[in-house]
Amino acid sequence: MKPAIPLLQVKDLAKFYGNRVGCEQVSFNLYPGEVLCVAGESGSGKSTLLNTLAFHQRPDAGSIRYDLREEGVTDLATLPDARLRELWRTDWGFVRQNPADGLRMRVSAGANIGERLMAVGDRHYGDIRGVAKDWLQRVEIDETRLDDAPSSFSGGMRQRLQIARNLVTEPRLVFMDEPTAGLDVSVQARFLDLLRRLVAELRIAVILVTHDLAVARLLAHRLIVMRHGRIVETGLTDQLLDDPQHPYTQLLVSSVLNA
Amino acid sequence: MSVQDGYNFAYLDEQTKRMIRRALLKAVAIPGYQVPFGSREMPLPYGWGTGGIQVTASLIGADDVLKVIDQGADDTTNAVNIRSFFRKVTGVATTEQTREATLIQTRHRIPETPLAAGQILVFQVPIPEPLRWLEPREAETRTMHALREYGVMHVKLYEDIARHGRIATTYDYPVIVNDHYLMRPSPIPKFDNPKLHRNPALMLFGAGREKRVYAVPPYTDVRSLDFDDHPFAIERWEQPCALCAATDSYLDEIILDDAGNRMFVCSDTEYCAGRQAAGHKGALAA
Repeated sequence: MKPAIPLLQVKDLAKFYGNRVGCEQVSFNLYPGEVLCVAGESGSGKSTLLNTLAFHQRPDAGSIRYDLREEGVTDLATLPDARLRELWRTDWGFVRQNPADGLRMRVSAGANIGERLMAVGDRHYGDIRGVAKDWLQRVEIDETRLDDAPSSFSGGMRQRLQIARNLVTEPRLVFMDEPTAGLDVSVQARFLDLLRRLVAELRIAVILVTHDLAVARLLAHRLIVMRHGRIVETGLTDQLLDDPQHPYTQLLVSSVLNA
Repeated sequence: MSVQDGYNFAYLDEQTKRMIRRALLKAVAIPGYQVPFGSREMPLPYGWGTGGIQVTASLIGADDVLKVIDQGADDTTNAVNIRSFFRKVTGVATTEQTREATLIQTRHRIPETPLAAGQILVFQVPIPEPLRWLEPREAETRTMHALREYGVMHVKLYEDIARHGRIATTYDYPVIVNDHYLMRPSPIPKFDNPKLHRNPALMLFGAGREKRVYAVPPYTDVRSLDFDDHPFAIERWEQPCALCAATDSYLDEIILDDAGNRMFVCSDTEYCAGRQAAGHKGALAA
């Protein structure tokens, strides 16, 4: 195997809200197909980090370099807006905690899945519909629901539809912000199974924010633990959860039963 | 009729007219781009054509011949009032003949009689932004226009086909102007969309409440959005106009009684009257 180039290289990243720290001194590399979990209590800067990584907000310091399909490794700060937005809707995905924020609730499931295809220039209704139908099956939604609006879907279905909508352009990197937080436990398990399968099949790199260490245990290859906007500990998921070194991580792990 | 005392020619003051003309020049220079302008209060409510009236007022000169139509008709309330307004404040000649007019203000139709080079068609626009249905943020829609990110517009058309089996949008049908800007052609029926394409006349669009003007200069490419397997098509009727027997014009359906009887007649009254005068006779013609 040839040595892989990191898909995403983050160096000394910081984001401030006035005098307050959103996150700072964040550095890590993410490799293709790798699932990285960012854990920490609420207010620890997880979501700030995720939004900054996805360049939804500009970082105040540090750099994010991404291995673009055409240009190769590029500093995102130098990327023109047009290319950045293209990245958002093709090679990247962003799954939100609340599916209503990530979906168009008033148009059909088919149109939701097809939106990215139409955005990159697909103009054949039959083809778009075919792909949408295929993706509904892949996320285990009955294809008869193709023309139904997501507002008539259950929470779990909405979240799976959001996954399909993001994966339809076969992105290489998907950001997820607490995708399971709004789901009840039985639905969560099924959703995590599906996610794990899709991510492995398509070799998608994922940065997933969660406060739930069980989710991290199930999905993540690597884990980052954050507190007060900084990384306190990082390592392989099992290693870190079984043998936490930092006092805060120890606290976090011990506060969960059988993580 | 003499010009009303105490009012400037064409109601607006000269500085305002100049400001609107500057905006219009920019609009002509960038076909389909929505140019903001300082819309004024007009002596009629928003929704009655304040945008179109301001555009007309800023362009009209003493030699112009004005025609005003509302849904194709010269004799409906909106048309009659706007025409008499301009007669009062300018004293210019008015006409119902499309060919004689130099300036045509229209609400929701393009005349059936082909327009000629040198004529100006002014549209009244309620909502200029075609992406508003999909994206409520103005800053975002402007960026989308700048970067030509119009894929979402097809989401609306997709939704039409998914629900109705065909593109059910029948008026205000979105178009791409000059291969760049997505534009709402104001609520004209899609029947009129092909007339926008490479039309020899200058077409100006004014939205008074939304404070925007935009333009399609003469001979500009205007393409209606569609899907490869659901191409753009205009409305068709199974019968000709009941008065003038025209088969090539946009027909209005008129309910005649409680028994379900109806007739189809040209929405363009001038075109219909012209054909009748030339001897064409429909099924219900007197």
